[in-house]
Amino acid sequence: MKKIINVTINGDNYEIAVEPWKTLNEVLRDQLNLTGTKLGCGTGDCGACTVLLDGKSISSCLTLAVEVDGRSVETIEGLAESEDELHPIQEAFIEKGAVQCGFCTPGMIMSAKFLLSNNPEPDEITIKKALDGNLCRCTGYYKIIDAIKCASEKMK
Amino acid sequence: MPLPKFDYIAPKTLNELFELLENYGDKAKIKAGGTDLLIKLNNKVLQPEVIIGLKNIQELDFIEFDEKDGLRIGALATLSEVANNSIVKEKYPSVAYAASVTATNQVRNMGTVVGNLCNAAPSADNAPALLSLGAKAVIVSKNGERVIPLDNFFKGPGLSDLKTGEIMKEVTVPIQPENSFTVYKKLSPRSAVDIAIVNVGVMVKIQNNKFTEANIFLGAVAPIPLRAKKTEEFLLGKNVQEDIIYEAGKIASSEATPITDVRSSQEYRKLMVEIITRRAIQEAVDNIN
Repeated sequence: MKKIINVTINGDNYEIAVEPWKTLNEVLRDQLNLTGTKLGCGTGDCGACTVLLDGKSISSCLTLAVEVDGRSVETIEGLAESEDELHPIQEAFIEKGAVQCGFCTPGMIMSAKFLLSNNPEPDEITIKKALDGNLCRCTGYYKIIDAIKCASEKMK
Repeated sequence: MPLPKFDYIAPKTLNELFELLENYGDKAKIKAGGTDLLIKLNNKVLQPEVIIGLKNIQELDFIEFDEKDGLRIGALATLSEVANNSIVKEKYPSVAYAASVTATNQVRNMGTVVGNLCNAAPSADNAPALLSLGAKAVIVSKNGERVIPLDNFFKGPGLSDLKTGEIMKEVTVPIQPENSFTVYKKLSPRSAVDIAIVNVGVMVKIQNNKFTEANIFLGAVAPIPLRAKKTEEFLLGKNVQEDIIYEAGKIASSEATPITDVRSSQEYRKLMVEIITRRAIQEAVDNIN
């Protein structure tokens, strides 16, 4: 039986009916068409499904949608202030060539957002640790690390 | 893959929880962070009729410390909260460290320390650290509360002392003696993210340059987190010096009974037990001196 949840997603309030066995990832992608959030491994190892829940990075594939009732979710779609601009982290990823196939990118950027909101000027080792739950098979990570350093500068 | 169908209930108090556990019995599964549970559901290892979420039970969400009773970590305290808690970092650095190297940032923001224990994996990061500190499990059910040494909690891979209708409400850690220090070490190929090949929790106390207390627990080398009893006995009364610490590592290796699996061979695990045990003891000693 479906349950009604009230959740804020990217600043908008939603009242949605969800089946109790649906993950947040399924509800975001299949029910709300917010397909920026990806599904990779489904086991909390790859980070492609990362979103922020009440400001903290989580794996949306391991979160039951029914449990986000009353809470606030931020996805990659909610990062930019408007449709005409990008968030500084998104700009930095483009400038530094930190995007190749792009599948890991939304998760990487949400992890970067979580890091920079807690630590606006992280050093390299802190950036590496902050990405411990995000895998990328294209870039070799260094361009992503450069992008997060660049974003930190832009956000000063 | 979609999860199998189940109902979901989130009680607000322990009394409501106990009633639900009584009604549903083995048909229910309890969920705190869910980072292990959802994987088991996905793999169809578990197919409960109902998931009982603990998240609304406020009385389970705490990290508390006092100078007399020590540390209490409630069932809903996340790995991140424990890892970043300033008192835990100061008074129980190995507990904070173990939590900080469990899984990924995302999983640490969801998963709990108590959940890591209840999942009862032989490799659980938080077990050796807490065991070496003499932690206790506070287990509650509608029949009341029982407190057992954490050392008696683990019964096998995925098996614990929890009976149907019971939950671990909190894990408690006593005040540590003067001149003691605890260290947690983990060996895994891909930093924190991977499950440990081997891990170790060590607590040693030193007086007059002799080991007067030693608690050593090895993870991922036996069906449960293993107390290295011979190593502990060997150290007691011995001088704090390099050759003794080396010998302790060798004894710990001889006590370990690992298996070969996808992560590592039995031989490699045994060798690594020697090295990380030696290094953990040395690091504890260095911190006391």
